[in-house]
Amino acid sequence: MLNAKIPEGPLKDKWTHYKEHSRLVNPANRRKLEVIVVGTGLAGASCAASLAEQGYRVKSFCFQDSARRAHSVAAQGGVNAAKNYKNDGDNVFRMFYDTIKGGDFRSREANVYRLAECSLNLIDQAVAQGVPFAREYGGYLNNRSFGGVQVSRTFYARGQTGQQLLLGAYQALMRQTAAGQVQTFTRHEMLDLVLIDGKAAGIITRDLVTGQIERHAANAVVLATGGYGKIYYLSTLAMGCNGSAIWRAHKKGAFMAGTSWIQIHPTSLPQSGSHQSKLTLMSESLRNDGRIWVPAKQGDARAAGEIPEDERDYYLERRYPAFGNLSPRDIASRAAKERIDAGHGVGAMKNAVYLDFSKAIKEQGEGKIREKYGNLFRMYQKITGIDAYHQPMMISPAAHFTMGGLWVDYELMTTIPGLFALGEANFADHGANRLGANSLLQACVDGYFIAPYTIPNFLAGEINTPRPAVDHPAFAEAEAAVRKQLDLFLNIKGKLSADHFHKTLGALLYDKCGLARNADGLREAIAGIGELRNSFYRDLNVTGDGLLNSELEKAGRVADYLELGELMCRDALSREESCGAHFREEHQTKDGEAVRNDEDFCFVSAWEWMGAGKEQVLHREPLEFENVKLTVRSYK
Amino acid sequence: MKIHLKIWRQENAGADGRLMDYELGEVDENMSFLEMLDSLNEQLIARSERVIEFDHDCREGICGQCGVMINGRAHGPLDHTTTCQLHMRTFRDGDTILIEPFRAAAFPVLRDLKIDRSAFDRIIQAGGFISANTGQAPEANSIPIGHEMAESAFDSAACIGCGACAASCKNASAVLFTSAKISHLAQLPQGKVERELRVRKMVAQMDAEAFGGCSDTRACEVECPQQISVANIARMNREYLTASWFSV
Ligand SMILES: Cc1cc2nc3c(=O)[nH]c(=O)nc-3n(C[C@H](O)[C@H](O)[C@H](O)COP(=O)(O)OP(=O)(O)OC[C@H]3O[C@@H](n4cnc5c(N)ncnc54)[C@H](O)[C@@H]3O)c2cc1C
Ligand code: FES
Repeated sequence: MLNAKIPEGPLKDKWTHYKEHSRLVNPANRRKLEVIVVGTGLAGASCAASLAEQGYRVKSFCFQDSARRAHSVAAQGGVNAAKNYKNDGDNVFRMFYDTIKGGDFRSREANVYRLAECSLNLIDQAVAQGVPFAREYGGYLNNRSFGGVQVSRTFYARGQTGQQLLLGAYQALMRQTAAGQVQTFTRHEMLDLVLIDGKAAGIITRDLVTGQIERHAANAVVLATGGYGKIYYLSTLAMGCNGSAIWRAHKKGAFMAGTSWIQIHPTSLPQSGSHQSKLTLMSESLRNDGRIWVPAKQGDARAAGEIPEDERDYYLERRYPAFGNLSPRDIASRAAKERIDAGHGVGAMKNAVYLDFSKAIKEQGEGKIREKYGNLFRMYQKITGIDAYHQPMMISPAAHFTMGGLWVDYELMTTIPGLFALGEANFADHGANRLGANSLLQACVDGYFIAPYTIPNFLAGEINTPRPAVDHPAFAEAEAAVRKQLDLFLNIKGKLSADHFHKTLGALLYDKCGLARNADGLREAIAGIGELRNSFYRDLNVTGDGLLNSELEKAGRVADYLELGELMCRDALSREESCGAHFREEHQTKDGEAVRNDEDFCFVSAWEWMGAGKEQVLHREPLEFENVKLTVRSYK
Repeated sequence: MKIHLKIWRQENAGADGRLMDYELGEVDENMSFLEMLDSLNEQLIARSERVIEFDHDCREGICGQCGVMINGRAHGPLDHTTTCQLHMRTFRDGDTILIEPFRAAAFPVLRDLKIDRSAFDRIIQAGGFISANTGQAPEANSIPIGHEMAESAFDSAACIGCGACAASCKNASAVLFTSAKISHLAQLPQGKVERELRVRKMVAQMDAEAFGGCSDTRACEVECPQQISVANIARMNREYLTASWFSV
């Protein structure tokens, strides 16, 4: 039975109560305790720096060449906090409610409340570090409203909020590195988790420059390795983003939760050809002034400007008159897919919809639009060569954020004692759909404010257990398995590249386990992935050697995706309802809206690995709502 | 279109490198420059040859991991554009493109086009931070910062740490990078407390790495994807001067 370890007491006192009663480690003992933190994004860097400041010894790992490049760097829009600086009625409860509702009532009340509560401290912390948030003329912090909420609570640093927050955390990490509290290992990839007596004892890594396989032991291991949306190949994520660290932990016993809940963002640049490697996100803010439409006539080949007004279908305005072009992400993405699938898509690959600024330009003037979105229009032109002041933009949905991840309890500990998961790598706070600007927040809050309490609470019980030694047979065994897999990849010597398998898997998943799913499709996908996996181990070609070799890195990631993708499909198949990002075609109203099933599915699905070739077993963590009433999300 | 490529190949830091020729037909003008390299690598894999190693991650101009010399220019022919944001429509059918790693003594080549930029991390470690432990922060609005000042600090803070500045400088100097961080923090009230120590330590670290000095050619500013201005260098020099007075 899964125990989320939610503290007793009223919702608003739970975290305070926890902090008042959590165990402490005395400063002399902290020096003897070592923590491994994999990942240097907002979650990992902030956790590593905060633990080091407390006096623990930390080892920090990332696969990029510098901690500063973790994909948190790419977040544009902003970070939420219930500061109520605009005096518009915002408060912790309201933010909690918006997040629970946004997640379609599939997250834990206690976790979400704590997220909203800690949001206040995050802005303080970031400002103290020198994060140059936008300011009003009077010198106070500015913020704006974002993603369908009625208050203004999104703080931002131009269109580079993630970068600026990450630099704050990175600099704190570098400061602790200089102080000798943190050892940083860049261009290192974690390839396995080591368990001793059922507890997390360390990791096996590969030095991506020398190819060296290394053993690292610690008293606790933190995975802050980000999201796995790159499983679709085409996504808004970075090329190196992967599911490997959490997947390998899963195969050592950590449960995976909400695995198929992946947010598909409505406003990214469409794919323009088979060469495409990445879909660039266009900020959602564009939907404030842009109108989304497709030609009313199927297969209409005319240029946008030649299609008269009455032959355009502004389908969001038509279907969701109350929210129109500002409908939430999942709804906007699904509506786009519906039109594209029905043959109304535009662009060379007929896979896009128009985002049209002509009305806004007519009403407000080009100058005003340039002032608001100039940098985005420039970026659009850089990538597509198109001037969006005179032609509508073309946009399409793209895989963006994984709500799913390793199952964690209230302490952010996985089902493996001593193994913690932070940031996008865990499943905890966003339910079945993540609200804009809440995930930078979650990554930061996990790392700065939660783990620095909950990890010591765990370590307090470890003071008298000897630190695991790297010559323990468990390390030797894990290392041997890693070496064996790498040798295997190098020796298949087939004909096809790792990217080939990644792209094929991505297309299959996008089609069958993307914006909309149905039982037949999911079963086909499971069979298809099985065949693809067989072909992978027969036909893969990794050229080069066991030293610096990006193809070898890719092979390992794709091998994991080929297993993770199957679990995504099983997860989606087992959930007979539509909620948030998970839209099962069998569960919709006559006019195509999602039908949630609270009677039978008000739980978190947590999957346990049972060994290669066996099906995972589903565990249910019931979700209890004591402070909110479950309602139907309606944006009509 | 058809493209001829001359690409630097080098086994490891200690080995000699050389330029190798490749031909690529059917290059789509909508491809990004890195996608063009992806497609070349696909061909190499089909021929069972080792792929060309190059650095990249976000492919949207913000992580700073990509960066090569293209026809002798850091990040290629466009001003203020990262390698990953360069598209093949910038080139013409039949063009020959020369691709080499960023060249600077402080950035040793690891393999082919990949380099080691850890010197930048060490410069930040020397003092590129505000010493604010988690939990020490006062309420955010208790430190008012004028709009202009915040914007100006942002302009300096926007650096992505790609190294194009050092690669395009004839002295392989890291002053634009170092000065951007010093300016970012020195302009903010929170950063003023440590400013003297910061500038002294960061400049000392920069000199300890194998970077050269600045001779004011401003080549760095032209290539910088974030348009970091050389005004930061002047600000750093002022900071340094003030700090040196204090230290005597
Ligand atoms: C384009 C884009 C825009 C976004 N905009 C916003 C926004 O405006 N607001 C918002 O709130 N959220 C936004 N998000 C979401 C948000 O940025 C992420 O959810 C968040 O930054 C994740 O942080 P993280 O620390 O969990 O992971 P990441 O920042 O992804 O860091 C992962 C780290 O793990 C390391 N790692 C991974 N695997 C391994 C391995 N096997 N071995 C070693 N190291 C490994 C990586 O090197 C990296 O250091 C956006 C996301 C994208 C993609
Ligand atoms: S790949 Fe990130 S800046 Fe180019």
